[in-house]
Amino acid sequence: MNIAATLPASHDQPRTLPGDLAIWFFIFAELLVFGVFFLAYAFARARNVELFDASQLQLDRISGAINTALLISSSYFVVRAVDRIRHGASHACAGWLVAAMTLGGAFLVLKLTEFAGKFAAGITMSTNTFFMFYIGLGFFHFMHVVLGMIILGWVAHKAWRGGYSAANHAGVETGASYWHMVDLVWIVLFPLIYVMH
Amino acid sequence: MKYQSQAVAKPYFIAAIGLFLGQILFGLIMGLQYVVGDYLFPAIPFNVARMVHTNLLIVWLLFGFMGAAYYLIPEEAERELFSPKLALAMFWIFLVAGAATILGYLLVPYATLAEMTGNNILATMGREFLEQPLPTKVGIVIVALAMLFNLSMTVLKGRKTAINLVLLLGLWGLAIFFLFSFYNPANLVKDKFYWWWVVHLWVEGVWELIMGAMLAFVLIKVTGVDREVIEKWLYIIIAMALISGLIGTGHHYYWIGTPEYWQWWGSVFSAMEPIPFFMMTLFAFNMVNRRRREHPNQAAVLWALGTGVMAFLGAGVWGFLHTLAPVNFYTHGSQITAAHGHMAFYGAYALVVLTMISYTMPILRGREANSRKAQVVEMWAFWLMTIAMVFITLFLTAAGILQIWLQRIAAEPMGFMAAQDQVALFYWMREITGLVFFTGLVLYIVSFFIKGEEARAS
Repeated sequence: MNIAATLPASHDQPRTLPGDLAIWFFIFAELLVFGVFFLAYAFARARNVELFDASQLQLDRISGAINTALLISSSYFVVRAVDRIRHGASHACAGWLVAAMTLGGAFLVLKLTEFAGKFAAGITMSTNTFFMFYIGLGFFHFMHVVLGMIILGWVAHKAWRGGYSAANHAGVETGASYWHMVDLVWIVLFPLIYVMH
Repeated sequence: MKYQSQAVAKPYFIAAIGLFLGQILFGLIMGLQYVVGDYLFPAIPFNVARMVHTNLLIVWLLFGFMGAAYYLIPEEAERELFSPKLALAMFWIFLVAGAATILGYLLVPYATLAEMTGNNILATMGREFLEQPLPTKVGIVIVALAMLFNLSMTVLKGRKTAINLVLLLGLWGLAIFFLFSFYNPANLVKDKFYWWWVVHLWVEGVWELIMGAMLAFVLIKVTGVDREVIEKWLYIIIAMALISGLIGTGHHYYWIGTPEYWQWWGSVFSAMEPIPFFMMTLFAFNMVNRRRREHPNQAAVLWALGTGVMAFLGAGVWGFLHTLAPVNFYTHGSQITAAHGHMAFYGAYALVVLTMISYTMPILRGREANSRKAQVVEMWAFWLMTIAMVFITLFLTAAGILQIWLQRIAAEPMGFMAAQDQVALFYWMREITGLVFFTGLVLYIVSFFIKGEEARAS
């Protein structure tokens, strides 16, 4: 086993980008799209603060907060998974990834319940600009959680079958990086749309 | 060439160039009709000239894509084409169907053509770019499916590379989205909504995959850069193209009766659409700068670099110019759209097909590269056509800005035709530039007949 790879990264060592370079292009592109949407939200809100504030009160903040906790925890599990594979523990790595996916699944269920409630109340993307952002951005992020889970599932499957090792585990880091991006976007999205007045 | 069956690409390319010439002739006719309204009336009315101009463009690009695929797939898959005979049969079917369709447009009134070809059975005609009679549309589907079967079988049994998989994905997408041309709902909003699934999802979706694969293929060949590097670029480019382009369809849904949220979604996603094109520019220049050999076919390298630059300018910059909803509110359906359409189609799709032809034709004719003399003429053709297209775009943009001002912004807005009269000067300049483009095209065709000693790597 490569001993250097098992040591925790020290700040003295030159740090390289984890995972595949291509995923970082992808992550930046995603952040760019979300970033533009967040800016658009800010401008749209500034032009109609009262409508946004009134509509925001109809959102379920508890559900949003639980979802935030779920995603942050899942990100921690993904960190554990990367740590495990750095020690060559394939099965433990896969286990942590499955745990992260379970929390991701819980996020999806909660989010669907939230959306179902809104649709039952007759709210759609055409109700007003606030709900356009709430449903549109929420759904767009939802699809990213789904994609993130597919990527984690792929990585977990490969890890379980011994496809990664302490020396060679760029794939795990690639999947983990994407998942952190999905989490990061939610951490901005939640306060922006659910909380900030 | 490495595989005998690649030779089927040759008739496809020859047909493509022939139809390209036809397209430009009708472009010149129509360009003149902009300022001399009754030119060639009633033999060739404006609407017919326009239909022939745009349909020929689509058909010659399809011939180019097909020829390119028949050349590229065997080489990438490292085996002979599944059935060269099927590919040749499809060539003749497509050529005859295409020629018959164009003759139909020219010889009988469109309504009569519709009656003759069973439009009453399934009404699909009368929509911009999808004017083809039902039998032609069915023919396109048959030709496309036969080609996909042929190519897919070749790849299934052979080597799978990023390039041939991306190309296949693009071609499958092309065939699948074309099926929406058969869906023609009575509701005008729905009609337009799904019409864009063919038009937009072709040129700002799956065609970009085809283009990326073709460009990557030629760049590997002429630069000798490692396949891994080129494939990684290709993946990132197509990922960006799909992220931005699919939901970017929304930039056509601003004012057609679709929900208002499309103004946000269309604006944000289509604002990203220049990114993949900009990456193609970087890609082409980077690979050429890192080249590990001097390929004797310098003309092909020029076409490839030209594709990178002109696709970004035409599709990226001129697209972005009017893609945001608040801007598009004023510009939609004006000469700005025409300016964008011209440079984008030329820069992205005409040039990538010409790049592929430039690289493969000498090989199909038994040499690695044409003579120095032939290449010089070919490069002249490149510069004449490209510079002419830049000016056509600039003149149309100027016409568009003036048109929008007079017709939509001025204190006392003019009617459409009155505004057209005011911009006539720009139409004249566009027509003259069109003649320069035509000269370039003639030189291009001449370059195929110039003999001389085969150029060697310097």
